[in-house]
Amino acid sequence: MKEYFQNIYTALSTIFIGMKVTFKHLFVPAVTIQYPDVRLKLPERERNRLYVNMDDCIGCDQCARACPVSCIEIETVKSLPTEDLGKTSNGKKKALWVTKFNIDIAKCCYCQLCVLPCPTECIYMTDVFEFSEYNRNNLIYSFSILTNEESEQKKNNFAQFELLKAAEKEAAAKKAAEEKIQKEKLSTETKPESENKAQN
Amino acid sequence: MIYESFVDLFGNEILAMFLSGAMPLTFILIFVLFAVLFERKVSAHMQDRLGPMRVGYHGILQTVADLLKLIQKEDISARDNDKILFNVAPALVFAGSYAAFAAIPFTSTYIGSNIDLGLFYIVAASSLVVAGILMAGWASNNKYSLLGSMRAAAQIVSYEIPTMLVILAIVMITGTLNLSTLSEMQTGYFWNWIIFGGPNFGIDKIIFIPLMIISFIIIYTSSLAEVNRTPFDIPEAESELVSGYHTEYSGMKFAMFFLAEYANMFAVSAIVSVLFFGGYQSPFGYLGKTLDLAWLIPFEQLFWFTAKGIFFVFVQMWLRWTLPRLRVDQLMTACWKYLIPIAFVNLLLIGIITIL
Amino acid sequence: MALKTEEMILNMGPQHPSTHGVLRLELELDGELINKVKPHIGYLHRCFEKHAEAMTYPQVIPYTDRMDYLASMGNELGYVIAVEKLLGIQIPERVEYIRVIMAEFQRIASHLVALGTYGADIGAMTPFLFCFRDREKILSLFEMTCGARLLYNYIWIGGVSHDLHPDFIRLAKDFVVYFRPKIKELNDLLTNNKIFIERTANVGILPAETAINYGITGPNLRGSGVKWDLRQNDSYSIYNKFDFDIPVGNGLFGTKGDCWDRYNVRVLEMEESLKIIEQALNQIPDGDVSSAIPKRIKPPVGQVYSRVENPRGDLGYFIISNGSLNPFRVKVRAPSFVSLQAMDILCRGHLVADIIAILGSIDIVLGEIDR
Repeated sequence: MKEYFQNIYTALSTIFIGMKVTFKHLFVPAVTIQYPDVRLKLPERERNRLYVNMDDCIGCDQCARACPVSCIEIETVKSLPTEDLGKTSNGKKKALWVTKFNIDIAKCCYCQLCVLPCPTECIYMTDVFEFSEYNRNNLIYSFSILTNEESEQKKNNFAQFELLKAAEKEAAAKKAAEEKIQKEKLSTETKPESENKAQN
Repeated sequence: MIYESFVDLFGNEILAMFLSGAMPLTFILIFVLFAVLFERKVSAHMQDRLGPMRVGYHGILQTVADLLKLIQKEDISARDNDKILFNVAPALVFAGSYAAFAAIPFTSTYIGSNIDLGLFYIVAASSLVVAGILMAGWASNNKYSLLGSMRAAAQIVSYEIPTMLVILAIVMITGTLNLSTLSEMQTGYFWNWIIFGGPNFGIDKIIFIPLMIISFIIIYTSSLAEVNRTPFDIPEAESELVSGYHTEYSGMKFAMFFLAEYANMFAVSAIVSVLFFGGYQSPFGYLGKTLDLAWLIPFEQLFWFTAKGIFFVFVQMWLRWTLPRLRVDQLMTACWKYLIPIAFVNLLLIGIITIL
Repeated sequence: MALKTEEMILNMGPQHPSTHGVLRLELELDGELINKVKPHIGYLHRCFEKHAEAMTYPQVIPYTDRMDYLASMGNELGYVIAVEKLLGIQIPERVEYIRVIMAEFQRIASHLVALGTYGADIGAMTPFLFCFRDREKILSLFEMTCGARLLYNYIWIGGVSHDLHPDFIRLAKDFVVYFRPKIKELNDLLTNNKIFIERTANVGILPAETAINYGITGPNLRGSGVKWDLRQNDSYSIYNKFDFDIPVGNGLFGTKGDCWDRYNVRVLEMEESLKIIEQALNQIPDGDVSSAIPKRIKPPVGQVYSRVENPRGDLGYFIISNGSLNPFRVKVRAPSFVSLQAMDILCRGHLVADIIAILGSIDIVLGEIDR
């Protein structure tokens, strides 16, 4: 019997306490911000869309190897010894033409594992998060600054250079072989002479 | 009185009848337009957020947008539905809640129909809603809708009993079922309201006050259950894992159920305010009386009536956003084991005091 | 002639607003009473353990984040502690303190989600939004430190990825002061509410013996009265330096081990985490956080099993290394997987409407169950 009245009492009292809490909240200002008109300022370490500063990229492929989902594709071509690609902002001399540097931002998991291994700090995460596209292929960002013809040209240059080097090497090897044969010939010619002399 | 003035204006009784019957309808429609937005804004501010802000200034036109959206939706009806029942059910639910407005006095000059059985008629007409809900559940041809609607019917029917018991208590004190007379009895200032013991000053007025407060709590709780609001909103929210008796409805028919719910909310709030809080009477006296402008008084009364109705609707919304839901068997326990015994004891005590 | 009643099989499908994730429950009903509950999982399987065999050790960490996505710091911590045991390296003290602070903040955030969604399932919509408002503050603390709000990749093998932001300690102390009254508000609104107690007390009673036999750990075990917490009973990292209590359920409003007890244990655990954070913020030393991170992580051949106390229970990692850069096998013992087994025994004899209450109280995350 006592429990009966106690039930009623606790029911009413807890309901009133709950109502008091909710009523107080009517007068607390809202915490919502009205998004497209008002935007929050994001912290400086914010990890959103990737960006690559190609002037600093030396084509070392460390970021592609560190990525857990393999979203970075890099292809490089060695430059000729005559070409000067300049220096990066922290003093390293660039030696590779980066012909392809594609990041599939749809695959990226925003883990930032590619940022740390970069020796020139050229790949980093910006705070851009509104980059939706209508076409999925537009989400493959290509950062390479060489156009298609230029990269073809670099490849051809390098291929030719390689061929030239190979030809030179071959010529040098041939020459060395000839000289060697010459030397041997000379030594065999002088040898029988000396043998003849010894015999005589 | 408004009916008579219409007759004088138009000279045609039938036209006057239609017009004076359509006035509560316009009132309800405007109220629903306001109430949907009010609920969303109240719930948002209780939860530290903003609510609709885009449509119109601070979201005022949100309900208009909702209505336009619902009107242009496709009216889906499954193949095996019982066509007639399916179409009649929303209309019946709305008719049941709207019929209650016929006997509620909006001002001292306007009442839909001044019958001496006002309260009795209201409780009877609101019971039509049960038939509508059962029809909706059955005609949906969906196992879960049927179970949901049966639970809703059980809930509404059970909670009418405490309502009737409290109404009996009021009848014992005041001696009339006519709502218009009840409101006129509570003239004066706010200490003449029935919740403060009634217009007759005396020792029993003081004794009545705690009993009246208990009766008010009982009738308010059972009116929450009649309208299917939290904590009693099993039919709408979680019934048997899907959405209850109005799952299969779309478009305008769904809008009718919604309209009926808000109309019902206002109807029960209005009834509670007439029974206990003086109906259209102002708590502080009339500006029209002091300024001696007799035509101002009905407008003031309308204002007070609407204000009290909106206040109780606000308390219903406040409870909805604070409390969790009751399980079905707990709901029935609350009604049959708690509310009904207390209402009986209340009735007994009031009866004894009235006789003495 | 007796009435023949058949058992009805009801399917609470993978798409349902109240199952926390994609879980399919097959219920065998006898009228309204439940005879048997069979959970079907696998809708969120993403082959974590197979991926881990193809990645190098640091590359596995983003994958571990995504298992229990509501408590990422805990997952990372478990994996990193296991690998550091294999490698046998010592980490600087500042790193240990930072890891403990992050893990405890993550515990509070995860419990806030559990409590908020539990309230929303029962019908009270308002505490859900209050919990998420407080969780926003924690997430913005995390965002300030490592840049991400949910999947951090912060705890690395041998250290952490960034040192604390200069404002972090001040803001974290502000948060501790701000949050204590909010727990009291939550108690007023939900925990002590009579209707909530009616819905959750004496529902889904898990006896202590059954819990231990099933292998259930975490708040579910503590709700049944067993005082077992890995942070004190099998201590790892520097938890033995902090002074905190282990809340257990005691059947205040019903029987010991019911849904209300499990819920209450989570609320009290949030308090205890605040204590740990306060002590850690006061004692944190200075130092360099990246000094012990090795360049190439190539553990010697061997195997290790190590476990940490996740907000949902006891998360274990079993790693076999064959001396190369990639692990040979990573096996995860997920706490929610074990807790879900108890659904059958918890739901026997209850009504269908109670299933939602019971499922919410054991707090599962499907990402962890399916991996």
